Parts: sequence; structure tokens; C-alpha cells
Amino acid sequence: MFYYILRRLASVVVMVFLITATTFALFFASPIDPARYTCGKNCTPTILEGNRKALGYDQPATVQYGKFLAGLVVGREFPDNEQLKADHPEQIVKCPAPCLGYSPSQHRTINEMVSEAWPISLSIAVGAFILWMLIGVGGGIVAALNKGKWQDRTIVGTALIGFSLPTFFVGLVLLTFPAIKWGWVPIPKYVGFTENPALWAANLILPWITLAFFFAASYVRLTRAYMIETLSEDYIRTANAKGVAKWAVIFKHGLRAVLTPIVTAAGLDLGGLLGGAIITESVFSLHGLGYLAVHSVTTMDLPTIVAMVMIVSTFIVVANMLVDIAYGFIDPRVKLAK
Amino acid sequence: MNKFLRINDLKVHFPTDDGVVKAVDGLTFDLAKGTTLGIVGESGSGKSVTSLAIMGLHRGSRAKVSGEIWLDDIDLLKTTDEEIRAMRGRKMAMIFQDPLSAMHPYYTIGQQLTEAIRVHHHVSKKAAKVTVVDMLARVGIPSPDKRFDQYPHEFSGGMRQRAMIAMALINNPELLIADEPTTALDVTVQAQILDLMRDLQKEFGSAIIMITHDLGVVAEIADDVLVMYGGKCVEYAEVDDAFHAPDHPYTWGLMTSMPRLDRTRLERLVPVAGNPPSLINIPPGCAFHPRCTFREFASAPCDQVVPELVQSYPKHDSRCLIPAPKRAELFAEQIAPRL
Amino acid sequence: MSLLTVTDLRKHFPTYQQKLVRVEGAPIKAVDGLSLSLNAGETLGLVGESGCGKSTAGRTILRLLEPTSGTIEFEDKDVTHATGSELAHLRRQMQMVFQDPYGSLNPRHPIGAIIAAPFLIQGIKPEGGTKRAVQELMERVGLNPEHYNRYPHEFSGGQRQRIGVARAIALKPKLVVCDEPVSALDVSIQAQVINLLEDIQQEQNLAYVFIAHDLSVVRHISDRVMVMYLGKVMEVADRDALYERPMHPYTQALMSAVPVPEPRRDRERILLTGDLPSPQNPPSGCVFRTRCPIATERCAAEVPMPTELEPGHLVACHYPTVRQVI
Repeated sequence: MFYYILRRLASVVVMVFLITATTFALFFASPIDPARYTCGKNCTPTILEGNRKALGYDQPATVQYGKFLAGLVVGREFPDNEQLKADHPEQIVKCPAPCLGYSPSQHRTINEMVSEAWPISLSIAVGAFILWMLIGVGGGIVAALNKGKWQDRTIVGTALIGFSLPTFFVGLVLLTFPAIKWGWVPIPKYVGFTENPALWAANLILPWITLAFFFAASYVRLTRAYMIETLSEDYIRTANAKGVAKWAVIFKHGLRAVLTPIVTAAGLDLGGLLGGAIITESVFSLHGLGYLAVHSVTTMDLPTIVAMVMIVSTFIVVANMLVDIAYGFIDPRVKLAK
Repeated sequence: MNKFLRINDLKVHFPTDDGVVKAVDGLTFDLAKGTTLGIVGESGSGKSVTSLAIMGLHRGSRAKVSGEIWLDDIDLLKTTDEEIRAMRGRKMAMIFQDPLSAMHPYYTIGQQLTEAIRVHHHVSKKAAKVTVVDMLARVGIPSPDKRFDQYPHEFSGGMRQRAMIAMALINNPELLIADEPTTALDVTVQAQILDLMRDLQKEFGSAIIMITHDLGVVAEIADDVLVMYGGKCVEYAEVDDAFHAPDHPYTWGLMTSMPRLDRTRLERLVPVAGNPPSLINIPPGCAFHPRCTFREFASAPCDQVVPELVQSYPKHDSRCLIPAPKRAELFAEQIAPRL
Repeated sequence: MSLLTVTDLRKHFPTYQQKLVRVEGAPIKAVDGLSLSLNAGETLGLVGESGCGKSTAGRTILRLLEPTSGTIEFEDKDVTHATGSELAHLRRQMQMVFQDPYGSLNPRHPIGAIIAAPFLIQGIKPEGGTKRAVQELMERVGLNPEHYNRYPHEFSGGQRQRIGVARAIALKPKLVVCDEPVSALDVSIQAQVINLLEDIQQEQNLAYVFIAHDLSVVRHISDRVMVMYLGKVMEVADRDALYERPMHPYTQALMSAVPVPEPRRDRERILLTGDLPSPQNPPSGCVFRTRCPIATERCAAEVPMPTELEPGHLVACHYPTVRQVI
């Protein structure tokens, strides 16, 4: 197990390295001049040139990449200009490790932007996760236990609807009616959890439902299928033959086996969601990582795009690794050393 | 005499889209404590369905179970779900064919056996563990306290089946149903398991129903034999009679078609022609008639009349339309020389 | 001329341990020194319990697995490392019937296609057309030739096994390896398939390697019998000699364990203690010694070589004694 974790960590590092390198390469292949966005309408070529030099965009790709990697480890300063550092130290922006870069259009370090956006995405992801797991897994169990009867058909039918409606549609409907027209909940605006938990939840309930609607649908079907399969296994028959009570058979014996693939899928879904729920955040104007990512693309903020790609892919790769390791703990038959 | 287990006209029918599957269609037999009944049959004979019906494991499924199952003066078919659940694993227990799939892969052997105790008795986990370790030792598992914390997949096939037996017997049930317990095991392991079951029966005095398709196993362990075909009993006798004077063409067919370890069959095996019947379309009349080579000797048309289970000799019943004396004659002339 | 001669065949499966890098572990010695010879029209029964290597041996002989060492000679030609057209030609002569009638037939192919496949793969066009040949084969094995276009799931287990047999004999091979062909069938059907195999053997002078764990079936069908344990051969003899005068303690234990349909016989039962050792770490000397009732120190130190104790009867044991156990 220990060696397995070590190997996986090593491969995570390698993968993140490859991803950043690829993204950086795309950054360079792009015809857009990143310096272009450093100033607004009153740009002159001289200013552009100056900015380009200051931000280091005139240097070869490898050097820039090297500085990016170095910045991740030890931190960086913008602009990287010895002269300026000596003359006007107050104009230097410090970006501590891990430095994700500097956004020319926002004139801030990306670290700052991410640290503001991250709690929002985290809140949305975790809340939606809990909601969809309860509804999805719970619904799936009820459907499986009542296979073929009306409960089953209703639940599966609703799940199908939930699955087919686009998130933006559900989001807009929820925004328009419960929030705006009926005023049941405030129009979502992020309030930190530590500031006011009740308000935090009230503001996020709509995005939570929007995401949960979609994910719960697939978890209903997943749970139902696994549950039906598990309940026909021989060890369930043995548990019944031992005289184990009905509910204990379903939960202690059945659900325990079903949880393995469910938790695996959930881990991966959560990992992806932590990188930001783009559509939901846009619909509800919550400035999480997803919103940040979209914004960076529309403004062609290449350093931010690179940073966002790196963050999202790191989440997914790490989630993948954690799920595989967890599997080794959950299923005693799995030997992770191959 | 009050028999411990009495089954009376048991029927288990499954309604399906293609018709009614008459898995068990009128089964009657009984069993005394401390004895072993071997139920012999092939796939589709209804033997496993019978055992599940006794345990009440068809409840909640589509099966329609009718008849009477008397266990110690309680009609199991009339008990409530909760009543029969309390009996399962305590008064009657079952072991299955494949011990690897029959045990939960995520719980240790110790946990599963402890559960078997604590479902029926209010004891602490610690107290239960003592009983479990003791039982594991009794069934011949070495280092039982270490094995307590191991998972089923860490046991060998034979050890697993011993653990299953331990799990079934841990509450000292009066009835043990073993559904092909040794079919998946190597022959040397099978011998050990059969010996174990015999020893435990002597010790606990339980009644055993042994379901198998292996006539050798039946001869070794059973006191009485019940041959099933097409959901019905076709022959029911004490084991010596069943093997020395079998009285039904299907039983003859089974015996002549089997190669034997103790003699070299010089001529060809005589198989039973055709295939086991589909339980949805059981042949009319005698279910065995399409495969029977002795139809011409019946006293009534086999394809129309359903034969009754009739006692042809003391403690020996058969279900056949050929008159008993004629059957004895046919056996002596045609079957016995081949065995 | 012997049809098939196998000399000191070994098949080891490498294993790996994953630490920081992949390291080779102890190999699994599935078959570890098997020698046999088989004549045309003969049946060699290969018996043993699970893990003895009999199925692996059968597959290695047919080159479905590559031998680790040893030689296989077919009709006096060395075919151990045959490749290309030589191997393809060989495949026409050596075929296999598999154990699982449910898994060995592709559920998506109609059985006509399944039985015709050998012709197509080998590029052989039988006289009168492939379809005619297939239907003749179907009749030969007792299937209705009109079911040419049906799918495997429409047949019973016994019928599917017949399809497997038809496929195996399509190219008129000289040798057929039958790997537990009747184990998965009902008792009343087993006899049908056994009779079919015997009939075909008579007609076409086929040689069989009949792999099974059921000693009764093996007694019925074999001319010679070989007993395997943990990859090694324990005893080989003519059929009657083996069953009437077994000399190896494992053979004796095996036979004493088989239940016989004869109630209340007082049979001597030789019980084996312990569990099967791991094929990755077989015991030194005689691999059977850890469970053998008569093992001594010599058995741990010295590997017993198969010795001919009576004509045609080889035993790999330091203390062979004749013992009637059936």
C-alpha cells in the first residue's frame, strides 16, 4: 500500500507537470499577444512594449515556463525587473509560492483571485454533493426495493427528467421563480460560511438544487442498478438464511457492497466539481472558480487560463488517486500492488 | 410417530410472462431428528426450490407456495414473516454450494459468524467471539483466532465451506439443509467435509437434508433417499433399498448412465435419452415419459395419466404407471446386470 | 510411431511484485516436468485436483500457451516452437473441446458459423460446400441440421457441448484435448456426451487427452491414466493397473476419497492433512510430502523421479506400495 501511494503521488506530479507544459505550449501557439490586454484603449506600442518586457513576455517559451515553475515553488515578483525593484520597490507585486501567475487584465496576482473564488466553488460543490448523494442514493435504494412498482417508475422517470434538463434551464427557472418572483429565498449572493451560516446556506440553496437535480439523476440510476444486482447476490441469500432482519440485510449487507462503486464515482464527480461549476455559477452570478475560468477565456487572459487549467486538472488527478487508494481500503479483496 | 419435519403436498409455482413455472408440484416427505435425507435431482428438478421454501426464503418474491411444512408441530407456511425469520439460522439453517459467493466479501469471517449469533441471542461481541473461535476450531479450521479476522477470499475452498458449516451450526439448529455443499470442492476436500458433517450430526443430533446430484455422496451420507424429477418426487426409499432395488425408470437411468469408480464398465454407458424437462411446459401425464424406455409396460397411457406416489414396498414409494411386479422384473432382467 | 510425445514439459507463469519498481517474484510452476506419449486412437486420462496443472498442460501441449521449456513432438516432428504456416497446419491436427458449454461459444454467432469457423480460418473448402459439411457434422453429433441458424442460447448445456465437439472434429484432427468436457453437465446428459466422444474416437481413430477431475469418468473412457499434483506427475499406468493397483499415496488418497454409489461400505479412507501448497512456493523434494501420510526426511531432500515399477506403470515416490482402496 505504501509503495502504491508513493508511486501514485509521483505520477500525479508528472501528470500535472505535463498538463501545465501542454497548456503553456498552447499559450505560446496562440496568436494573441498577451501583452495586448495589459492596458485598455489608450495603448501605445511603447507602453505595450514596456509591459511586455516587464511581464517577461518577450522571453523565449522555455524561460517563461521555467520562471512559472520556479514561481510555483518559491514565489515570484511582478514585474521581474531588477531596476524597478531597486528604484520603486512599492510598485513590485509580490506573489508568494505557489505563484500561479499575474493577470495582466486584472492587474492582480492570480493567487488573489483564486483565493477569493475558491471558497465559493467549495461551498457550492460540497453542498450540492451532500444533497445529491442523499437524494440520489436514497432514491435509488427505494427504487431498487420496489422494482417494477409505481415508486420505482416514478423515481426513475423523475430521474430521467432531471438528467435531460440542461443545468442552465433548471438554474434559470429556480432563479426566476423561487428567488425573484416568489421571494422564497434571497437572490444568491455569496456570504461566507464563517460570517453567517444561515445566510450562507440560504444563498446557496438554489445553486445546490440546480446541481443536485442533475447529479442525483445519474446516482439514482447507478444506485438502483447496483442495488438490484447486489440484492441478487448469494451472500444476500445467506444473510436472509441466517435470520438477519430485513433492514439489516438491505443496509448492512446490500448497501455496503453498493457503496464501493458509488463512492468511487462520487469522488470523481466531486473532484471535477471542485474546479468550478461553470454554468451554475454563471446563471447565479456567483464568482467561483468556474466563473473565473469563463471570464479568463472571454477576456483572453492567458495566464489565468493556464492557471485555471492547472487547478482543475490537479483536482481531478488528485481525486482520481484518492478514489483508487480509497478503493483499496473499502474492498478487502483489492490488492493495489500489481 | 412424530417426525420432526413433515412436508405435505408442497407446491411452489412461479408465475412468469411465459407461463407458470411449476418448480415444485406436490412434494410429500418427512424427516426424523438425527437422520439424513438425500434429495437427488438434476437441474430443474426443484430440489433447491424445495429447500428455500422450507426456510421461507420465497417470501417477498413472486412465488406462490402452498401445502404444509410442519417443523416440530409448527406449520411454517402459516407463520408470520417475523416468526420465520427468528427461526432461520436458529432452529433451521442452510449451507450453500459456493462458499465464496455465499459469504459477504467485505466482512471478516469473524464478523459474519458473530452476526449469526447476535441476530438471535443478546450477547456481547466479546462473548460471541469466544463461541465463534470455539466453533471454528470444532469444524477443523487451524489457528481459529487468527482466522477470525480474515476475509473469505483469504481462505481456501475447503476452509471456506467449513466456515460456512460453522456459521450454520453455531446456534445448534435442529434442521440443517445443505444445498450441494461439496459440488464446488475437490474430491479430497469433499471427503473431509462429508466426514465433518457426519460427526457434527452425531454430536448435535440435527436432521440433515442433503441436496445433491451425486449418487455417490448420497450413498455415503444419507439414511433415506428422495429422487426428484420435474418438480415431483418419483422415488422415496431408505438408502439401501434405493441403491440395491431402485424402483423407477429415472433412477435406473441415473444409475446405468453413471461411470463407476469401482468397476470398469465394459459396455457403453446407457444415458437417459433427451433433456431434463422445462418446468414451464412439463410433459403431460408422467413428466418422465418422453425419456422413458419402458413406456410400453405401463398399465395406463403415460402421456395422459399422472401417476400417483404409491407405496410399492415397506418404506419405499414410487411414482410410476408400470405395475410394481413388472418393474421388479424389468430391474432384475435389464438393469441389475448393467450395474 | 507415437502420435504425440511430450518430454519434460514445463510451463511457468512469471509473477511480479510492485514496490517502487516492478520486481520479478517467484514464478508459478503450473506444469513442472510432464512427459507423456500417446498413440493414435488412444485415450490418456489426465486427472488431478484443482491447481495440479492438468488444464495448463492440455493448453500448452496444443500451443495455446507457450511452453517455458521441454519439447512437444507430433508425428515425430518437433513442434515446440512451430510458428506461422507450420503452426497453422498443426492446428488442423490438434484440437480442443472446452469445459464450459456456456462460455466457449460466442453468443453472437449462429452455430452454423461457429462450426464452419475452422474451415474458414484454415482456408479449406470441403467438397460439396461448407454448409453441407457443417450440417453433416451437426448430424454426426446428434444435432438437428436445420438448426444451423440458431444461436447458442437456444440450446441446452449438453447440446452446446455437442456443438463444441462438432467444431473440434470439423477438420478431422488426429488429436483432441478434452478439457473437463462433461463436468458442467447434468449426470443424465454426461453419458450422452461421453458416448458421443467414444463413437467419434472409434470412427476416426482419434487420440484423446481427457482432462478431468472425476475419477469415475476417467476410468470409463481412458486407456492410460496420469495423475498430477502441483504441476508434477505422481503416477502413470494403464487404466486397469492404476485403479486396481495404485502405488502412489496421492493416487490412493484420491481414490479413497471418491464417494461410490454403494451404501454402507466399509472403505478405508486415507485422509490428507493440510492445504494445497502454493504453486509459487512448492515444497522441496517431493511436492506431495507436506500432505503425505508416509513422508520422511528423504522426501524433503530428494525429488522422486518417475520409475517403472511394472511394465507401463511409472510411479514418482520413494515408498510406493500397492494398496487397494476402491
